Amino acid sequence: MWKWLHPYAKTERAFALCSKLLPWCWGGAALGLAIGLVWGLAFAPADYQQGDSFRIIYLHVPSAILSMGAYSGMAIAAFIGLVWQIRSADMAVAAIAPVGAVVTFVALFTGAAWGKPMWGTWWVWDARLTSELILLFLYLGVMALYQSFEDKQQGAKAAGILALVGVVNLPIIHYSVEWWNTLHQGATITKFGKPSIAPEMLWPLLISIVGLGLLVAALSLYRLQSEMIRREMHRPWVQAMYRQQEGQ
Amino acid sequence: MHFESWSAFWAMGGYAFYVWLAFGVSGLALLLLIVQSVKARRSLQTTWQAEQARQQRIAASRARQQQNSKLAEEVD
Repeated sequence: MWKWLHPYAKTERAFALCSKLLPWCWGGAALGLAIGLVWGLAFAPADYQQGDSFRIIYLHVPSAILSMGAYSGMAIAAFIGLVWQIRSADMAVAAIAPVGAVVTFVALFTGAAWGKPMWGTWWVWDARLTSELILLFLYLGVMALYQSFEDKQQGAKAAGILALVGVVNLPIIHYSVEWWNTLHQGATITKFGKPSIAPEMLWPLLISIVGLGLLVAALSLYRLQSEMIRREMHRPWVQAMYRQQEGQ
Repeated sequence: MHFESWSAFWAMGGYAFYVWLAFGVSGLALLLLIVQSVKARRSLQTTWQAEQARQQRIAASRARQQQNSKLAEEVD
């Protein structure tokens, strides 16, 4: 059933697949972010308690969700790389980590800029904020481990193990607002049950999530391609591609 | 539009500093990531070109050496 996946273990085929997906990801990201953010910033009604400061939600919630989504993707790639020794999966770990780190930074920063006017402080050491900060350190750790080995296969193994161990942080982030007393408000949207937000505020939020998700996908695929070129610079397919690009 | 004028929009109901700080820094961070990714890709191609040029120089000098040794044999 899953046999059709096998050829994509070959870097060359995976590279071609990335090239096919990339224009859709970039286009969808630009469209989704433009519509979602403009709608959220200018057209959605103001919050009855938080006024217009709540509009930070249109960056904060998408980036927070995707910081965890990107981590899940990276951990799955790490698992595939460790168990089945598939090189493109190792490269995907290295490609996703910096993207996830920036998205996590965005989640933390927008949270701070929202916390200052609403809670009166940029930062508190409570469970939600601290566990999200640990997520940023996990991303940075994966990047550092990958780069600190001369032998990239060794580096990928070490980084992959850290990525897998770090998965324990994901449920902690998710449930932190329920398990501990926190300043952070509860979930705005959940998979099950009615969202605790009005539909005219919800739609731009959902569109922003899709838009940022596609941007994360586009950046990850693009960086994955770069990693494939970097590690297979001397393989015939890279030579052929560059020769063709230079019209030789 | 929710706001009555552009100035009201920019003022964000008194939260202008926090809203635009959040959007500005986030946009900058994502933009820098995109720029860095593109630059890294370009530098890969430059590396490849340099390697290509080096290989050509090596091949050329090898050909010269062979020619020189052939000439030397003829003189002998």
